[in-house]
Amino acid sequence: MDQLFTTYLGDLLAGLWMTVRLTAVAFAGSLVLGTVVAAFRVSPVAPLRALGRFYVELFVNIPLISLLVVVTFGLPDVGVTFDLFTCAAISMVLLGAAFTCEAIRSGVNAVPVGQVEAGRAVGLDFFGVLRHVLFPQAFRSVVQPIVNVFIGILLSSSLAGVIGVKDLTLQVSEINNKAALGLTTYLLAAFAYIVIALLAGGLGSRLEQRLKVLR
Amino acid sequence: MSTQDSLFDVAGPRARRRIRIATLVSLLVIAAVAALVVLRFAQAGQLAADRWAEFTQGPYLLFLLAGLGNTAVAAAASAVLALPLGLLLALGRLSKGGILRRVCTVWIECFRSVPLLLVVYIFVSGLPQYGINPDIFWKLVIPITLCSSAVMAEIFRAGITALPSGQAEAGLSIGLSGGQVTRAIVLPQAIRIVVPSMVAQLVVLVKDTTLGYAVSYPELMKTSNNLTAYTNHLIQTYLIIAAVYVVTNVLISHFARWLESRFSGRSARLGRSAVGAGIG
Repeated sequence: MDQLFTTYLGDLLAGLWMTVRLTAVAFAGSLVLGTVVAAFRVSPVAPLRALGRFYVELFVNIPLISLLVVVTFGLPDVGVTFDLFTCAAISMVLLGAAFTCEAIRSGVNAVPVGQVEAGRAVGLDFFGVLRHVLFPQAFRSVVQPIVNVFIGILLSSSLAGVIGVKDLTLQVSEINNKAALGLTTYLLAAFAYIVIALLAGGLGSRLEQRLKVLR
Repeated sequence: MSTQDSLFDVAGPRARRRIRIATLVSLLVIAAVAALVVLRFAQAGQLAADRWAEFTQGPYLLFLLAGLGNTAVAAAASAVLALPLGLLLALGRLSKGGILRRVCTVWIECFRSVPLLLVVYIFVSGLPQYGINPDIFWKLVIPITLCSSAVMAEIFRAGITALPSGQAEAGLSIGLSGGQVTRAIVLPQAIRIVVPSMVAQLVVLVKDTTLGYAVSYPELMKTSNNLTAYTNHLIQTYLIIAAVYVVTNVLISHFARWLESRFSGRSARLGRSAVGAGIG
């Protein structure tokens, strides 16, 4: 126990910082790319729609480890190399965007059709409907699914350790390979993940409350 | 008609022309990107036939099939264990007993928020320090069971709460006990509702087994890794394996969607958002 705090605390904190950084980068990237893919999926241009569908089908169904391995160890074969953090971030964004796209779409489709039709009936144009009718309501129903995506990305960041990114999970594993500290380090790490997930969940609920309208 | 469809007018002549141009341009861009990728592969000599030919040879295929078999066994074992555990956790969380409910809630919330890999590492190098050292298969399956039971519990709970409360009330009013209502009225309907979501959850289980790569359980991912150590054809092997996973999971989720359309009605409302996104 003492050994944990004298020798390995720095490693643990470095791992935590890496996990937070990776999650933040991957989440931000997923939001941006996921919105683009969602726009593709509803666009009137058929090839873009097909591309969007293909993208989501592909990346919702591919295991992250498999993608990590392709990006990290496969791509150098065709002369494309990134550093490990970038490899992990790219893979996580590719996957996260697919889930974000689905979350956004489910949010948009949760708005009753009649709302949009009513907006158009009073003469709002496309962007008017988006701004005044659709987005305010879709935001509300999209908060919880997006929080779920965030937590999913947080948990999946642990897989980056498989390709050697020293995130919290890998640090814990390595510390235990050097010194048998029992379950303490694992439980500390688990606690850190749970706290981050709970914070995200709480933030999401508050945001949802704030956006809620009473009908 | 869904909300996203009703956003657009039926396109007029000018809009149709614009859409046609955009279609052409996007097709060209997609084709150009695809051509670039192929070119890149060709320049690096990765398209050479002998680098791909091994995947048509019996011994290689058998080797990978054995891996796929182990993947299926691990996923199936996890599903068989996690389903009843998830159901019990859901019933516990919905029960009126104070302590039981709290224990189940804490269990579910904790295992939903902890990365599977961390739990796997606990079984691989944490618990052996206390003399608990099961077979490598169980070091993979038990963590998957623990983590996915929490998610399945939430699916079951969503299914149970999706039932109109009149169902249980009607049962109680004709004199059934609480347990009888659960067994005879609530569960049969709730399980029907959640079947599609449960099948969709199999996709997550298949993905979870890829952690065998980290603990050296010889499922498909680890097997392909072993194969590349022998052939050195990294990108070919990993791309083909990724394709195998995608095809497997697409088949499972299409089956789930087909079930959903057969059980149409209530199950559709559960959707994917009822539970955490299965990224990983």
